Amino acid sequence: MQYSATPAPQGLYDPQFERDACGVAAVADIKGRRSHSIVNDGVTALINLDHRGAAGADPAVGDGAGILIQVPDELFRGAVDFPLPVSPDQRHGEAYAVGVGFLPADPAARIRAKQIVTEIVTEEGLQLLGWRTVPTDPIWSGVGQMALDVMPAFEQLFLAGPARSDGTLPSGLDLDRIIYPARKRIEHETVDVLGDSGGIYFASLSSRTIVYKGMLTTAQLPAFFADITDERTTSAIAIVHSRFSTNTFPAWPLAHPFRYIAHNGEINTVRGNRNRMRAREAMLASTLIPGDLARAFPICTPGASDSASFDEVLELLHLGGRTLPHAVLMMIPEAWENDATMDPALRGFAEFHASLIEPWDGPACVTFTDGTVLGAVLDRNGLRPGRWWLTTDDTVVLASEAGVLPIPPEKVLERGRLQPGRMFLVDTDQGRILNDTEVKEELAAEQPYRDWVHAGLMRLTDLPPREHVTVSHRSVLARQKIFGYTEEELRVLITPMAASGAEGIGSMGTDTPEAVLSTRPRLIFDYFSQLFAQVTNPPLDAIREAVVTSLSSVIGPEENLLEPGPWSCRQIVLPFPVLDNDDLAKLMGMNADGNLPGFASATISGLFDVHGGAAALAGAIERCRIETDEAIAGGARVIMLSDRHSTADRAPIPSLLLTSAVHQHLVRQKSRTKVALVVESGDAREVHHVALLLGYGAGAVNPYLVLESAEDLAGRGLLGDVTPHKAVKNTVYALGKGVLKVMSKMGISTVGSYRAAQVFAVFGINNDVLDEYFTGSTTRTGGTGLATIAGDVAQRHALAFVPNPRTLEHRGLEIGGQYQWRREGEIHLFNPETVYLLQHSTRSKQERVFRRYTEAVDNLSREGGTLRGLFDLVVNEGRSVPLDEVEPASEIVKRFVTGAMSYGSISIEAHETLAIAMNRLGGKSNTGEGGEDVDRLLDPVRRSAIKQVASGRFGVTSAFLVNAREIQIKMAQGAKPGEGGQLPGHKVYPWIAATRNATAGVGLISPPPHHDIYSIEDLKQLIHDLRNANPAADVSVKLVSVPGVGTVAAGVTKAHADKVIVAGNDGGTGAAALTSLKHTGQPWELGLAETQQTLRLNRLREQVKVQVDGGLKTPRDVIVAALLGAEEFGFSTAPLVVAGCVMMRVCHLDTCPVGIATQNPVLRERYTGTPEFVETFFLYLAEQVREYLAALGFRSMAEAIGHAERLDVSHAIALHRARGLDLAPLLEIPDVDSDYSCTHPAQHDLSKTLDAKLIVLAKPALQDARGVHIDLPIRNVDRTAGTMLGSEVTRVFGPDGLPDHTIDVDLTGTAGQSLGAFLPRGVSITLLGDANDYVGKGLSGGRIIVRPDENSPSQAPGVKTQVIAGNTIGYGATSGEIYLRGRVGERFAVRNSGALMVTEGSGDHACEYMTGGRVVILGRTGRNVGAGMSGGIAYLLDPEPAKVNPELVDLEALDPDEVFWLGEVISAHAKLTGSRIAAALLADWPIAAVRFSRVMPRDYKRVLELRAEAAARGLDADEMIMEASHG
Amino acid sequence: MADPSGFLKYHRQGPARRPIPLRLRDWNEVYEPFDEQDTRSQAARCMDCGIPFCHQGCPLGNIIPEWNDLVRTGKWVEASDRLHATNNFPEFTGRLCPAPCEAACVLGIGDEPVAIKLVEQEIADHAITAGFGLTPRPAELSTGRSVAVIGSGPAGLAAAQQLARAGHAVTVYERDARIGGLMRYGIPEFKMARDVLDRRLAQMAAEGVTFVAGCAVGIDLTVEQLQDDYDAVVIATGSTVPRELTVDGRDLDGVYLAMDYLVQQNQVLEGTRGAVEISAEGKNVIIIGGGDTGADCYGTALRQQAKSVTQLDIHVMPPTTRDQSTPWPTYPLMLRISAAHEEGGERVFGVNSTSIEGTDGHVSGLHLVEGRRIPGGFIPTEGTDFHLDADLILIALGFVGPEKPGLLDGLGVQISGRGTIVRDPNYMTSVPGVFVAGDAGRGQSLIVWAIAEGRSAAAGVDAYLAGSSFLPDPLEPTAVAMR
Repeated sequence: MQYSATPAPQGLYDPQFERDACGVAAVADIKGRRSHSIVNDGVTALINLDHRGAAGADPAVGDGAGILIQVPDELFRGAVDFPLPVSPDQRHGEAYAVGVGFLPADPAARIRAKQIVTEIVTEEGLQLLGWRTVPTDPIWSGVGQMALDVMPAFEQLFLAGPARSDGTLPSGLDLDRIIYPARKRIEHETVDVLGDSGGIYFASLSSRTIVYKGMLTTAQLPAFFADITDERTTSAIAIVHSRFSTNTFPAWPLAHPFRYIAHNGEINTVRGNRNRMRAREAMLASTLIPGDLARAFPICTPGASDSASFDEVLELLHLGGRTLPHAVLMMIPEAWENDATMDPALRGFAEFHASLIEPWDGPACVTFTDGTVLGAVLDRNGLRPGRWWLTTDDTVVLASEAGVLPIPPEKVLERGRLQPGRMFLVDTDQGRILNDTEVKEELAAEQPYRDWVHAGLMRLTDLPPREHVTVSHRSVLARQKIFGYTEEELRVLITPMAASGAEGIGSMGTDTPEAVLSTRPRLIFDYFSQLFAQVTNPPLDAIREAVVTSLSSVIGPEENLLEPGPWSCRQIVLPFPVLDNDDLAKLMGMNADGNLPGFASATISGLFDVHGGAAALAGAIERCRIETDEAIAGGARVIMLSDRHSTADRAPIPSLLLTSAVHQHLVRQKSRTKVALVVESGDAREVHHVALLLGYGAGAVNPYLVLESAEDLAGRGLLGDVTPHKAVKNTVYALGKGVLKVMSKMGISTVGSYRAAQVFAVFGINNDVLDEYFTGSTTRTGGTGLATIAGDVAQRHALAFVPNPRTLEHRGLEIGGQYQWRREGEIHLFNPETVYLLQHSTRSKQERVFRRYTEAVDNLSREGGTLRGLFDLVVNEGRSVPLDEVEPASEIVKRFVTGAMSYGSISIEAHETLAIAMNRLGGKSNTGEGGEDVDRLLDPVRRSAIKQVASGRFGVTSAFLVNAREIQIKMAQGAKPGEGGQLPGHKVYPWIAATRNATAGVGLISPPPHHDIYSIEDLKQLIHDLRNANPAADVSVKLVSVPGVGTVAAGVTKAHADKVIVAGNDGGTGAAALTSLKHTGQPWELGLAETQQTLRLNRLREQVKVQVDGGLKTPRDVIVAALLGAEEFGFSTAPLVVAGCVMMRVCHLDTCPVGIATQNPVLRERYTGTPEFVETFFLYLAEQVREYLAALGFRSMAEAIGHAERLDVSHAIALHRARGLDLAPLLEIPDVDSDYSCTHPAQHDLSKTLDAKLIVLAKPALQDARGVHIDLPIRNVDRTAGTMLGSEVTRVFGPDGLPDHTIDVDLTGTAGQSLGAFLPRGVSITLLGDANDYVGKGLSGGRIIVRPDENSPSQAPGVKTQVIAGNTIGYGATSGEIYLRGRVGERFAVRNSGALMVTEGSGDHACEYMTGGRVVILGRTGRNVGAGMSGGIAYLLDPEPAKVNPELVDLEALDPDEVFWLGEVISAHAKLTGSRIAAALLADWPIAAVRFSRVMPRDYKRVLELRAEAAARGLDADEMIMEASHG
Repeated sequence: MADPSGFLKYHRQGPARRPIPLRLRDWNEVYEPFDEQDTRSQAARCMDCGIPFCHQGCPLGNIIPEWNDLVRTGKWVEASDRLHATNNFPEFTGRLCPAPCEAACVLGIGDEPVAIKLVEQEIADHAITAGFGLTPRPAELSTGRSVAVIGSGPAGLAAAQQLARAGHAVTVYERDARIGGLMRYGIPEFKMARDVLDRRLAQMAAEGVTFVAGCAVGIDLTVEQLQDDYDAVVIATGSTVPRELTVDGRDLDGVYLAMDYLVQQNQVLEGTRGAVEISAEGKNVIIIGGGDTGADCYGTALRQQAKSVTQLDIHVMPPTTRDQSTPWPTYPLMLRISAAHEEGGERVFGVNSTSIEGTDGHVSGLHLVEGRRIPGGFIPTEGTDFHLDADLILIALGFVGPEKPGLLDGLGVQISGRGTIVRDPNYMTSVPGVFVAGDAGRGQSLIVWAIAEGRSAAAGVDAYLAGSSFLPDPLEPTAVAMR
């Protein structure tokens, strides 16, 4: 990478995983008046967003800051000694283009680079007006050393275009189009000649705008570039950006803004987007950009960031003829697919453009400008915040948060917020703000898009049906054998899908070998694992937020992206990515009559000579590629890759290999966009397989054999009364919905953008195979090749063609054994023997037997059961120390923790067993996501030291947090990273409901994302919140191992976490879809080693502790983990087994026969565990760890941590399949000056916070419970106000807090994020002004009131309701009150479980996942109200039924007693906030009451009714409810 | 997927044993028929464990959860296939196996285990009754290779069936008059009716297995001939050398080995013998040895209308529930009450015989002492000597190994220190082409181990003959039950 200290890939570190996020702001004069004050305001806003950025190990090295403004003509005219041509229309750009070039610091290289520029400029017919050295002051601005080391030289290049025939010079957009190929050439060709270190990078090169940016902190930016503070620098528009990168390596070009945008977010689908752009290049042509466009290729600069690629494509679309807003809407379309109420014209526009280009999907706030318009758009799900203000002097301020500029209330004319999929646009030409509808309607009217779509798109559903062919059992069985189907797959995977249309569920993780370590033939799919969103972007909830997702897509030939017309959408619409056999026949037969030649199809047979090994396989793939080329040349536009028709000699090429091989070939040939690729696959039989096929390029998948298998099962009566037809439909549905879930884990909403996005990690396939067939997917650890793949196919194939079938009489398919242990199946680390030995040894206290256990597990490990099994310890006899010199076991056990298992998922008996044992040992147990009863919370013997904060926030109260030694943020869990969870109503027993602040018998949902963490800077905020909630506790962040986890860990460290937990894919106890259980995440060995290496490379390791978690079972596991860099060790399954778990794997069914994973009192009677057993386990473990330490020559664990050189991987080679696996990268120790473990924990200074003042002022209350009143101003940088004060109240007075109104805090101004988070009872905050996101998060009894300044014109009578606070208000609140006079953003009251919240309008997804409490919304709501809402009641004024998600709730009229209650609430709102809306309603109450409806969860209503009935009949309500919910 | 809460709905239940007075009057099987719906309910108790310990507890590796669920849903054909996939003779094991699977059943931890053995027998019997269970399944092509299996007990028969299906020409030799080994002559009829065995043999014959009875290989057929005639040999002659009682009076009249006694009765019942020479009728019978063979003698003696029956066990009486020295899922040390034990007679524990007393060369009583069993010995408790009257003493102390003279000596196979035939991981003895399966190689064991060995040895033979084998190979020769 250019001008970057980012290290080259080494060990497991790979810079491709770097991520970033940020704060963004923009300021504009809507009338287009240029001034220096706009620039100044931009800079001020930037500095006030500093907390959204980050700095590395060296606080002087910022992650990047920058500003984008109009070209400051006046400045340049004064600053250069060459003449600059004057533009005839300066408003729309100059007659010269200028930009800040990043040039080699080395003078000789710089001269050479500039020579190249001169040559190119000449060739392009441009005039090189001159260069200007950009005045910079690295010293005074205080740029850190690392950034200085790689700092480029900054010179501005001034170019003019060729004179036109009339002698005028091109200017503005015209000039930019001419300059564009030249700039691309300069960037490409200087790198070609001079290498990365000598290439020129232009932050921008335009006649309209200019970008100043660098690897700076926000405060350094204006000091560094003198131009920014120069009074002659004027602009009507300024976009600023503060970056938070996950690493500490400065990289100058990575700072934002880019040439047109500043981006806050992450493009999840960028790999596929880039590939498709590459493929499209063959068709690209534009009459607007002079000359052959090919000289600008590649459009997407290799190695650039996702934001940079986005900018490059946006630039192309814009220069190629679209306005900037139009281009932005193509790349970030709103969620139109499921919106039935959408205007048909707008729908036509969206659908047409969906044929042209797939969405660039992911959380995004993109702010853009071309120098004339300033716009911003949010992604379809609104996952980034954005607020705007319009002032009385025509200034618009737009920013990631409110309060970035000090605007007096009397100058605020309007306050708004960005909305999901909506565009906000300032047009300085028109001198006004355009709303979303206006912008879109205008664009939609430009062409008859609806007609084009109607004429062009072919819909599968419109094609004539085909006759269904039923296949005999014998034939199905024969082919099942060829593809290696197992009895288990039929039972565990296929039966649930076919019978119920849903994937099978499992529990207790996976303990089978990675594909590459297995000695059995494995499907190539098994080498790939699904990637998932973790910290830097959020996963989606594809169930509750289905409105933003789409499984529908278009396939088929594309045309020139830059010359759209009716021909551009001559494509096929597939409603679903999975095709049944009949659909496939339709598709392939579209041109059967020859009347649709544009949809001619060709079938490529994907078989190879099974006896020919790797060579035959490679040859066959090559043949398929050539045949595909020929078919395309012959006019085929739908290519089917088929693995049907195997014979004794010809076996199927694994469909994934074939699909990706052909796809990548076509990308390389730039012919990919000419055809649709459809895969007819026999080997694809589960969701993961289908997801992979789509993810590596398939347009649609026909998994014919799994469908025929389903049909066969039904036909044989094995699916109850499910008919064969229904079984097929169910299976198609389950596979498609499963793919949606896989996509949503990664935060991808549409199958169109998921396709070919390659969001998978590979482990165990070598890079030769990957480079050739899976280009873009890489591995750092090598692996096996085509010979193994071909060999595995041959082995399966042989079983299908046994010479004498009677040999296998009574045996159908192979038995399987991946999910449940089977003797003939795959090895499992926990098998009958090891479970028995573990239980027996710890229960009978026989260390001798425990050694048999560890030996048995370690042997299985060595056989390939785990990656760590392949490592040998390097024991040097001479260095060993006597055992008695090694620290005692009692010290070692303090490093042990038990995993997060909620009370609710396991019984109180099991939960307390672990807690008591760990407390006695001095280790830590974990509450899991389920809260903790108050009596345990306050009992040092029985409570869990680690309190977990997960997405559902169940039971997360001030008291919960105050009583923690460690607070753990669960970003992901090993069993199912990227997914949420669900506790069905029948498992919500009364005692569980009480602990979780929920309602017995009513189901609880944990959302996939934390709704206050959509990016790394959000995580930083949550860490800050939790630290305020308990300054004494460590805050840890749990991640799941995946390539790039080290980079995330670095980011988490920079977000000020005290500890990072790296969990492996193998552990995990929770229930999960089998696809997730098996195919997501990676072994912890990889993640831990990568984390250790990356943290050390970043010099962050000394600041943060590292804990490992995932399937740890033996002392050997512990020592390997320590040597790879872990200082703490988490155990879940093993101590559960000690407590009695026998790996039933039915935790999700509440039928655990040993009383662990159940709440059923009858079964809990059977529980046999005791804390002593668990203590014995950990003490035995520690004793053996000591022996290892002694043998290795370490006297303590601390000495061992990170000493990977004491591991040896030569044994790995012995394993047949592991051949080619290169584990050496795990053992690399970067040669940097950084410690091996956490030696200098980061100090967190909270003494300068607002709360430090509040606590002093509240002293009378904290000491004597006397009432106090505090009055203070507040700014956006004052984040989490009130929380630390609240934690003091809880610490001193306990969970019940203080009497109401003991501490009244009045604040004035704009509050930073998380105002009043976890506020306990007795504290009231009244804010005069406005607030940002997360107001009242985790509210625990306190009261928060936000009201605007009455003097603001925005509050004038008749002005519509203004935005008063941001997104995700009251998230996880358990009790208390929030009154907001004004509108709020997305997800108001999300997961509220007990608080009362009043607002005057909300964004999308209000009351999502709510389980209790009351919400009153006195204004319009966004879409999807009440999604996943299982409890509580929301009262809506004049509700629009279409806005309510009907899955769980009904919209109903109010009961009379509610009308009274509501009136009281509204009058309180009126009194506390001065609300005019409330006053108006009350004026006419109860007539006005008729305008209200309630959103009532059906289950909740049922429970309330049962409660009433129980009360009436004098029965026990809980019993009645549980009886009813168990049916 | 199993019914996740089946075990909460149903209690363990089995077929009733016929009334004692009734069953003592005949030799028919002890159990009443069991209702199909009840069988399905019993199968529904299976929890389909993530780790099916039963499946490990079974030496055959019966895939118990899978067929339990098929029975639950009434899929008898599929259940039969899943059962036969690992077990050639479920109708034997369903009756005769002591069910280590049930000892390992997870449900047994806090509840009664699933009635696995019952379900197994019901599947097997249902399959036979319904007509598909014993359909001959002859190989579709012949390998042209021949194999001699010597011994027709469960190990030999299992090996024979497997090898025949793999296409080899298999001849089973039996030195007794009829095929079946211990299953025909050792097991009393009231435990397994003979026609159960005969129907299976008929299937095997139809599959091409040749049976040669009354031929003692090594004597009637020379070892040289054997090796000339066959490409491979499987020794499945069992562990037939009895452990002797070494006390004074052993040579008295009326003191017999259990097997001598049991065989006679079985021969009478199958009609190859007119009457028993050793009868318990009207006698005081003492059975020395507390094992299953002893119990077989016990039931037989009661049916022969003995005056009294006393079974002696050198071990102290085990607890009525699982002893903590044998925790779940191991096979538990506990008091087992077989059907015979509830039919009358008496069991005496913790005693050792010191001498047999005789009158006129005929046994008249037994001197005993109480004490404690220790490995390799017995510590008597002083002053606890006592005496029992006896007219018939049956020695049921187990077996020490295969007989060497004749076949084994002739073949020259290596014998281990334990007296069993040494074999390699493929069940081949020290003589190339000669394999061993069952008790002859393992030492005395259970019928399930014998069948499992037969299956694995067949795989070894097949691989030896064909280079590789697709035959299932459930067991390593060294595998033992978990402890």
